[in-house]
Amino acid sequence: MNDVADVALRLLIVFVVFLTFPLIVGQTEHKVMAHMQGRLGPMYAGGFHGWAQLVADGVKFAQKEDVVPAGADRRVFQLAPAVALLPYLLVLLAIPIGPGEGAVGQVIDAGVFFVLAVMGVGVLGALMAGWASANKFSLLGGLRTAAQLLAYELPMLLAAASVAMAAGTVSLPGILDAFHWWWLPWQIVGAVVFFVAGLAELQRPPFDMPVADSEIIFGAYTEYTGLRFALFLLAEYAGIVVLCGLTTVLFLGGWHGPWGADGLGWVWTLLKTAVLAFVVIWLRVTYPRLREDQLQKLSWTLLVPLALAQIALTGVVKVVIR
Amino acid sequence: MNLAAQTHGFLSPTGVEIAFLLVGLATFGAALVTVTTKQLVHAALWLVVTLGGLAVEYLLLTAEFIAWVQVLIYVGSVVVLLLFGLMLTKAPIGRSPDADSPNRWAALAVAVAAAAALVWVVADAFRTTWIDLDGAAAGTTRVTGESLFQNWVLPFEALSVLLLAALVGAIVLSRKAKADADATTDTATPPAAATRPPAPGATRTQAPGTTRPPAPGGAQTPAPGSPQAPAPGGDRSAEEGAR
Repeated sequence: MNDVADVALRLLIVFVVFLTFPLIVGQTEHKVMAHMQGRLGPMYAGGFHGWAQLVADGVKFAQKEDVVPAGADRRVFQLAPAVALLPYLLVLLAIPIGPGEGAVGQVIDAGVFFVLAVMGVGVLGALMAGWASANKFSLLGGLRTAAQLLAYELPMLLAAASVAMAAGTVSLPGILDAFHWWWLPWQIVGAVVFFVAGLAELQRPPFDMPVADSEIIFGAYTEYTGLRFALFLLAEYAGIVVLCGLTTVLFLGGWHGPWGADGLGWVWTLLKTAVLAFVVIWLRVTYPRLREDQLQKLSWTLLVPLALAQIALTGVVKVVIR
Repeated sequence: MNLAAQTHGFLSPTGVEIAFLLVGLATFGAALVTVTTKQLVHAALWLVVTLGGLAVEYLLLTAEFIAWVQVLIYVGSVVVLLLFGLMLTKAPIGRSPDADSPNRWAALAVAVAAAAALVWVVADAFRTTWIDLDGAAAGTTRVTGESLFQNWVLPFEALSVLLLAALVGAIVLSRKAKADADATTDTATPPAAATRPPAPGATRTQAPGTTRPPAPGGAQTPAPGSPQAPAPGGDRSAEEGAR
């Protein structure tokens, strides 16, 4: 009985995090972008600086009609948002937030492989949406999504493999246990490659060619309305939380900090994740969209070689310090 | 061996064994639909279910590492590549009457023969082998890695060479096709495009994208200073902002 309660509590906490953190990131994006552009952003909903703007948006989305185009493949069209969103919920289960076994939803032996594999599945949702919409723009968006995933999955995996080599384990809590502060300069190239490739996998600007609104009108999501569209948006922000959390755990030492790692480790994790999420928003405001050929070139001629160099460096250092 | 066989029987299955059987049946069903459906993209999506079911079977056999690699490689990459190829060439919504192959009976015979041979060999080889679920996990990353790099290094390296050969072959084929196309001034995509998706994909998908709609730019440059400016979320939330 105790075990059942424990599992239920963990699932509940992960689910609450899954529902709230993306909204917090979304609201932060509203405000940060506005101030960077000399605006105020939402100011009315909820009273204090428009804190309830996203809640209001959610209510509005729920009220809208859920339209399925006449020519669409109905079942695949309706299933796609769930396929896009659920993998991020599963990934959140495996991210440790503090030291010890109590601070992770579920300890998974091959954690690095689990998170990368499940994150890759989420992209299938965008592909299904792009194909099933019976819309040329959606199909183009789906094609670009697939091309982007194939290009950026490899550097992401290689960068993560470098950390796994350094730690001698592929379990996420195990990697954190092995972490030392000097891993930060040692793995910095891998960290940048991982973060950039993750941004591309999430299709965040400047890698938002698949959803480029000014040319293919939001790509795979063109035909979606109401709650299903909101689910795709939620998937994007959940993806930001997951990517920032993963980068924190793999490269920035997670719950390790200059002080207070025992009791307040989870604060460090959340702090680092929040800073990374801010960087994600910052990049969106700063950089113009990359063209499709620039996207592919960046991955194959820059990120993959950098990731391979990082692996070589990791191997050399690992042998030298042994 | 005999002891193990005596303590385990087929007549009183455990919960894990029942789950294994049920998942196996679902996987088999999904595989059947994959090869019989008349809708091309549906076949690819049912393939996702089949491969995912296989991953669950690996999990139930405690081979956790293999299961996640199965998801990563097959569901995350191979099926995405397949869908990419389908969308790039021919992916109609609805039935494709020409999707049936005339030699499907020969294919069926080969499939049945291969399945019978595999089932017979595997069942005969591992008839008395049982996985101890209560002891240390037998398929962790550490165990898999040690067995792979201590006992099976030679097959592993041979496979690497095979993959390298496939890689070189794909490059040679695509370059040759390109040279042919240049010679005959044919602009069609080389047949080897599917083996090398990103490069040709980039050029093909980009072509329609370059015919830009008259981008008003309105969504990207919100009116400064105005709280009701469309777009707290910039271009993304054009739909929200329009209200």
